[in-house]
Amino acid sequence: MTDAENTRSYKLRIWRQPDATSSGRLVDYEISEVGADASFLEMLDQLNENLVKKGEQPVAFESDCREGICGACGVCIDGRPHGPVTHLTTCALRMREFKDGETIVVEPFRANAFPVVKDLIVDRGAFDRVIERGGYISVNAGSAPEANMLAIGKDTAESAMDSAACIGCGACVASCPNASASLFVGAKIRQMALLPQGQVERTGRALAMVQQMDAEGFGDCSNHGECEAACPKAISIENIATLRREYLRAAFRS
Amino acid sequence: MSAPRFQLWSSVGKKLLTGVTGLALMGFIVTHLLGNLNLFVGSEAFNGYTEALHQMGALLIVAEVGLAALFLLHAISAIQVWRDKKKARSIQNSVVATKGPPSKQTAFSRTMIITGSILLAFVILHVAQFRFGLFGGLEYKTMIDGKEVRDLYRLVVETFANPAWVAGYMAVTLLLGAHLRHGFWSAFQSVGLLDPQLRPLAYSAGGVFAVIVALGFFVMPMYLFLFATVNP
Repeated sequence: MTDAENTRSYKLRIWRQPDATSSGRLVDYEISEVGADASFLEMLDQLNENLVKKGEQPVAFESDCREGICGACGVCIDGRPHGPVTHLTTCALRMREFKDGETIVVEPFRANAFPVVKDLIVDRGAFDRVIERGGYISVNAGSAPEANMLAIGKDTAESAMDSAACIGCGACVASCPNASASLFVGAKIRQMALLPQGQVERTGRALAMVQQMDAEGFGDCSNHGECEAACPKAISIENIATLRREYLRAAFRS
Repeated sequence: MSAPRFQLWSSVGKKLLTGVTGLALMGFIVTHLLGNLNLFVGSEAFNGYTEALHQMGALLIVAEVGLAALFLLHAISAIQVWRDKKKARSIQNSVVATKGPPSKQTAFSRTMIITGSILLAFVILHVAQFRFGLFGGLEYKTMIDGKEVRDLYRLVVETFANPAWVAGYMAVTLLLGAHLRHGFWSAFQSVGLLDPQLRPLAYSAGGVFAVIVALGFFVMPMYLFLFATVNP
């Protein structure tokens, strides 16, 4: 099959909002000759080239690595963060997932804690401020120790790594009917709670990060579990169970 | 910066509270279902059971106040979760869809506030009706072992001789089942008890639990309507 035969056309409905203070609206576009192997972001690049040629403002969206590891990209596609496929970033989503002629609705990651900056770009600074309250080790953990000096079971190491796989993209918040950041905060707390380096600040970390999460205006969790399906790194809601245990533990230690 | 203190009304504190009270209320609902099985046996068994409860005296009052507190705390924390949700996203996207498994988002999980609100209203009515005799029947007496006791069985049977009450109660039991479908596993998750191995088990058990509890209460009004008679 030649490339020409394998191209598709789409009707796009994209959220356009000139800046944070203006109100936005959905605008219709049409695009053709999109390769089936193109990523969703490449399709948006193609649309933007057309828009620029016509003298219109290109659609603003974020991207960086374009290989699914940085967490910069992320839009709601037909109501689902990062699109219809589970455990994938927007940049890794391929246009072959969409039928020729289909209408695709593209909207930003929506939450009051993630205000829209422009079009599809949202300010995820709330995540940074949560991290600032304890998502790190500030005690002197020394230089890198000899391998195997710190005895950590394989299961524990793997589990901590699973939590640390979070790229902070915000899909958990966007997918949550309550706009809760519990999965993100849970993962950040669990990755440290499991390892020896995280023990010294364990109690304060749980209390401070939860306080900041609430102050940012994220909603409460209702255990829908939608975040786990939307997470490109398949981070389990086990991390949210851990968040509750850690918070309860802190109640008796603070 | 010194660490903040534990806050019961933080997002996570509320979940712990909703979960703990939810687990306790599920314990109550099972006890209530088992106790009500006496209705299938008959007047003497059921009135004997209620009289045994009344023999507890002050302990019963403590239990009743405790139960009321459980219902209230569960409702208040859950309503607060719902209100925070409204505040957290004032502009909704035009399209919202689930990604499917492993998501546990269902019509049951999305309607907890609705089923819960109706159940709360029902519980108030139910207690007023049978505990405090809102529609009469508080004065019904019967004899057990030569002692005059309250004839709650008669009030129950007379109530469910009315098809409207039968239909209403049966409808509410379906809502109870819907609430428990998400509530059972969710309560364990809320208090941090579930890991990836236990979660599928708790989720399946929640389905079984919801069906058994709902079915148990569902057949009672129908049985009483069809088969029960008040002893002369």
